[in-house]
Amino acid sequence: MLKNGDGLMEKTGAVLIIGGGIAGIQASLDLAERGVNVELVEKNACIGGRMAQLDKTFPTNDCSICILAPKLAECSHNSKITLHTLSEVKELSGNVGNFKVKVLKKARYVKEDRCINCGVCVEKCPMRVNDEFDMNLRKRKAIYIDYVQGVPAIMTIDKENCLFFTKGTCKICESVCEREAIDFDQKDKEIELFVGSIIIAAGYDMFDVSLIPRLGYGRINNVVTGLEFERLICASGPLGGHLVRPSDKKEPKKLAFINCVGSRDIKNNPYCSSCCCMYTTKEAMIAHEHDNGLKSTIFYIDLRAPGKDFQKYIKRGIRDYNLNYVKAKVAKIIEDKEKNPIVIYEDINTFKIKQEIFDIVILANTIVPKRDAGELAKVLGVELDHYNFFKGETYHPQITSKKGIFLCGACREPMDIPTSVIDASSAAARAAEIIIER
Amino acid sequence: MEDIKIGVFICHCGTNIGGVLDIASITEYVKTLPNVIYAADNIYTCSEVGLSEIRNKIKEFNLNRVIVASCTPRTHESLFRNTCQEAGLNPYLFEMVNIRDQDSWVHMKEPEKGTEKAKDLIRMGLSKAILLRPLEKIKVDINPSALIIGGGISGIHAALNLANQGFQTTIIEKESELGGNLKLLNKLYPIQVDASKLLEIIYMVESHRNINVITSSIPVKVEGFIGNFETTIKKNKQISKIKTGIIIIATGAKALIPEGLFGYNGKTVISQLDLEQLLKENNVNAQNIVMIQCVGARNDVRPYCSKICCMTALKNAMLIKEINPNANITILFRDIQTQGTTYEDYYRKAREKAILFVKYSPEKPPLVKNSVVEVYNELRNLIINIPYDLVVLSTPLIAHEDSTKLAKMLKIPQQDNKFFLEAHVKLRPVDFATDGIFVCGSAHWPADVRESITQAYAAASRASRFLSKDYLEVEGATAEVDTEICIKCKICIKICPFSAISKNQEGEILVNKILCKACGVCGASCPVGAITIHHFTDEQIISEILSCGVGY
Repeated sequence: MLKNGDGLMEKTGAVLIIGGGIAGIQASLDLAERGVNVELVEKNACIGGRMAQLDKTFPTNDCSICILAPKLAECSHNSKITLHTLSEVKELSGNVGNFKVKVLKKARYVKEDRCINCGVCVEKCPMRVNDEFDMNLRKRKAIYIDYVQGVPAIMTIDKENCLFFTKGTCKICESVCEREAIDFDQKDKEIELFVGSIIIAAGYDMFDVSLIPRLGYGRINNVVTGLEFERLICASGPLGGHLVRPSDKKEPKKLAFINCVGSRDIKNNPYCSSCCCMYTTKEAMIAHEHDNGLKSTIFYIDLRAPGKDFQKYIKRGIRDYNLNYVKAKVAKIIEDKEKNPIVIYEDINTFKIKQEIFDIVILANTIVPKRDAGELAKVLGVELDHYNFFKGETYHPQITSKKGIFLCGACREPMDIPTSVIDASSAAARAAEIIIER
Repeated sequence: MEDIKIGVFICHCGTNIGGVLDIASITEYVKTLPNVIYAADNIYTCSEVGLSEIRNKIKEFNLNRVIVASCTPRTHESLFRNTCQEAGLNPYLFEMVNIRDQDSWVHMKEPEKGTEKAKDLIRMGLSKAILLRPLEKIKVDINPSALIIGGGISGIHAALNLANQGFQTTIIEKESELGGNLKLLNKLYPIQVDASKLLEIIYMVESHRNINVITSSIPVKVEGFIGNFETTIKKNKQISKIKTGIIIIATGAKALIPEGLFGYNGKTVISQLDLEQLLKENNVNAQNIVMIQCVGARNDVRPYCSKICCMTALKNAMLIKEINPNANITILFRDIQTQGTTYEDYYRKAREKAILFVKYSPEKPPLVKNSVVEVYNELRNLIINIPYDLVVLSTPLIAHEDSTKLAKMLKIPQQDNKFFLEAHVKLRPVDFATDGIFVCGSAHWPADVRESITQAYAAASRASRFLSKDYLEVEGATAEVDTEICIKCKICIKICPFSAISKNQEGEILVNKILCKACGVCGASCPVGAITIHHFTDEQIISEILSCGVGY
């Protein structure tokens, strides 16, 4: 029960939160604990977002999923939060205090109240398809759950790849499911939600590195992106936490991390991606924990580490993890006969063009706006900035151009986890102010 | 004695544990231990599947003790306790055994020994679990009001949000008026708006029916606990008391005055803060200006980056360029900190305005001479002399001297450079480990206006979670003094880090169960063993120790 303050009335309003990454989750939990009902809409089959894909997180090197999982569980248990997964906002009408939202809930083809995530269907499913959660570094089945700790903990059938939907045969999952949870007749459906306020926490996409051909991505096997590397070193990733390089499964001894790939670059994205200096440091540290003989070089333009205790973290990297920071802009990456990537760069300290052979090169590609940000902005009637991030007020960056709609997390500007969490709580406070009628 | 039925759930934690220890052999071993009715392993016990298995098995086997052997109670104990509670089991009949941080992680290279250690650890946990007793959480009433210490841009925004949500809010401000550091500033980046414009909101604060502003006042004593704080406030010589449910610290920080650095003289060599004043007075007449970044920051004394100084320098450089387009401005920097979209755009704009940027290294810092600044230019590998008639030093924000006093008053921690230390840097960035106290703005870490306002709302959000409740439940495992045995030596009172122990009017020593965090310090220090730490009783701990290594 909510308590009334000084003659104030509580409205029955709920808050719609679009996006179930760490920002959306934090905003949901704050509001739910505040006593406000939350409708959490997530496009994917599970909430968790990017943070669920990370191995560890700076500046404490906490295991990412280990600190996220309790929050996922809270979201599914809290009676104030209604989860709508596989769902997208399609239409908005009404005004602040009284929004009507049409949400398209895609068919899962698995009954949510029957499936117990036992995994028998997955074992028997004959289709092997690329696993997007693992950055396509391994295969999953056509019936699947994004990741083991995924919430809701139920399977989903991927219609694009399921043999029944593509060829009209199979249905093995249906026959092996003792819980009779498979339902090929499920249809997409539209639901209506009534909310007083909306928080956009739609997250971000990653820059497509193949747009910079000189860096060799896609052509050179041992050149990977930051998020791919994150999966490669993760215990629950495709290598089971045993780091080997993609081309020949050799244990790497020398890594190069290249910052500002596709960012601070007027040909691609002029802005700074905010978290790469820190996450490359983190990834290099974890790699060193896997193998103490491993040496990493981090190429950077400006070392941006202004957050709380970030400088200390960098110092620790240099002192305890054998990290070597080189201020340089990398010109290109080529490959030798042994498939070793060679980084060609200008060393600012000696003013010489240098080249160095590495075992794996990791490209810290920038955060980019969600590719469908324009569509969502149009549906909601809010403005985007000149980069296509959702636009917030200068000194109140959670406030959009439309009253009652707020922003948080990297959908408004590239940011790291601590900043997103603060942003989420901040947006929650603003949404609560709308819901609690004066 | 009741019939003890224990369920043991052993977690692989993906490969964190499962990749090192032999979980199958551990599970088989655990099944042979006394009182174990059920034992099984999960890939992730914390997943929804794992949790529902716990719930189901409690019901199916009528379990009255549950052990999870997995990661650390620091992150997962409350989740598993709640799960037990949902299945009707008293949450204090749950015991967690850490076979990850203290086993598989540290014995990665010796998996057989690690496996044997896991068996030992679980057996120890089991012998403790047998002796566990159900405990009840304590209910605390919540006074739905807030105290905000500090009336700068953070404090006033936190107050506005809470007041708009209907909570009575009091701001206490050390100075004679609200506004904090913003009163000292000229214009703000990134849109060059007058700082005073952002303070116009003060009238809304002062006229808000739910906000009470007390200026020229400081807190001198804080008593109580979440829901029921009582703060003693000193205004001039008058003392008053105020009762609130929560406290938000928004005391800010101040710019370092660069005494003794780079020839600071307040005339030709000034600080950015001095420059703000000159710009306010439209009194900048210099033609050749050199700004030096990281003055007194990112060094041994203050290893941190103050976050806001690069943008401040860019802003003031551009403002000078607006007034005098022919001014020559050079910024000597180490790394330009302009993260994100808007700030990086701003940096680009500054370069387009022909503001010159020269990188220097801390090993070869600039030298401010009579009429030139001598600096080694890393990029061109040569020493250059830049003529100046004004040098501006960018100094970091530093914690207020009295922040330690406040920290002690509230019993909250600070980090190395005296900024307040939050509960968890990522997941609880504006909370403290002590419930009911929050932080925002530069008291936490150097923050600009945009960030301070954001944090203010965040702190208000976190606070309103408590203020909106009728009551709170606090930890049931606390210390208790047996007054029959107690010799009233008061060692425990002196040693308790949470000030939870006191003497009542009859002279008896009592523990305030709401303040007590069951840290155990009092129990360990009591010379006569009069203190019991519930859930960590001597009997439980000794039993745990005795079963270590001996097997059954």
